[in-house]
Amino acid sequence: MNPTEQFELQRIAPYFINGVDVSFTNASLYMLLAASAAIILTIFATSKRALVPGRGQALAEVLYEFVANTVRSTAGKEGMRFFPFVFTLFTFILMSNLIGLVPYTYSLSSQIVLTFAFAAFVLILVILYGLYRHGFGFLRLFVPHGVPAPVLVILIPIEIISFLSRPVSLSVRLFANILAGHITLAVFGGLAVMLLGAGSWAALAPVPVLGVVVLYALELLVNCLQAFVFTVLTCVYLNDAIHPGH
Amino acid sequence: MANIVLAAEEAAPHGAREPSATQTSVEHHGGGEFPPFQTENFVPQLVWLALTFGVLYILMSRIALPRIGSILHDRESRIESDLFASRELQAKAQEAAAAHDETLRVTKAQAQDIGRAAQQQSASETASRRASEEAAFAEKVAAAEAQILAAKSEALSNVEAIATEAAGAILEKLTGARVAAETLQGEFRNIKAS
Repeated sequence: MNPTEQFELQRIAPYFINGVDVSFTNASLYMLLAASAAIILTIFATSKRALVPGRGQALAEVLYEFVANTVRSTAGKEGMRFFPFVFTLFTFILMSNLIGLVPYTYSLSSQIVLTFAFAAFVLILVILYGLYRHGFGFLRLFVPHGVPAPVLVILIPIEIISFLSRPVSLSVRLFANILAGHITLAVFGGLAVMLLGAGSWAALAPVPVLGVVVLYALELLVNCLQAFVFTVLTCVYLNDAIHPGH
Repeated sequence: MANIVLAAEEAAPHGAREPSATQTSVEHHGGGEFPPFQTENFVPQLVWLALTFGVLYILMSRIALPRIGSILHDRESRIESDLFASRELQAKAQEAAAAHDETLRVTKAQAQDIGRAAQQQSASETASRRASEEAAFAEKVAAAEAQILAAKSEALSNVEAIATEAAGAILEKLTGARVAAETLQGEFRNIKAS
């Protein structure tokens, strides 16, 4: 009963191109599932373009307005140029998190490499857009306003370090939350199984099962919340690229 | 499972037959035994992530988001135009109600005028008719009175003649003297005058 077994990558169809491992894995499968869920929700459910929306279209509209409001409130009107990216990011993470909560599935957010890829992409996007938009004025981001010069000597390195550590905190936050949640669920489930096989101790088996039920509700919250947190922080960072002054 | 079997096979040449397959796999991976940290798994995941996320991004930005945006925009403009139309209709209805009230007021006034005129006409007609009837009646009364008066005076004059005659006759019977009619008449007048 290994609680980390659920995070193991399985190569369903091993394949190499010029020595690069592009095997179709269970992770690829769940990426396709998450993308399909997003496509079903936002494209198939809205194909009727109903004036009075059905359930699916209403959900897609809610998702759209929710993300649009998040982007608009954190990154301003100009931030709406990143709306498609932020929407895709949020939908993809949310769908993969929700699918990952189904027992026996694989949660993409429990892979640090994937969350870090998103975070690193956001960092690169912020730097490139900031430089494109403001040129060297983007570097004002590291110079807080109204601070005397001697303090700046200390503050600027701190600002730079905090900027560069953003992808780490961003990716580890999502990764660690999802990973820890799934491990906890697996441990509680395993405990129930162990108790069942331990003679008279089996009478106690319902206790961890009850724990799993409660934790599952919490995990549902955490999975949605972390997708949202990742999205909001992405918007906040993009806002820095749009408005670099403090 | 495939990983573990593979690991066990690779581990076999080292002569370590004792440990279980799982332990062998742990030894083989060394520090990277925790699945999310197995670096050899990074590349295939990143490749597929770039692929699926890229395709999803294109589908979202080209199809899904413009479509949902236009749905929301259409609904908003539809609601706005409906509200505008309803406001216009309401104004029209209020106008019609005001016109109706005005018509009602004018018609009422007209009806009152007609009523008043009719009343006045009938009143004046009645009055004139009454006056003429009264005049005719008064004429008749006057004629009748005159007639009565004539009849009375005639009757009275007859009474005088009869009385004079009777008094002459009575005197003759009593006295045997014949009194002239004129004397009697003069006496009669004296009595009447006193």
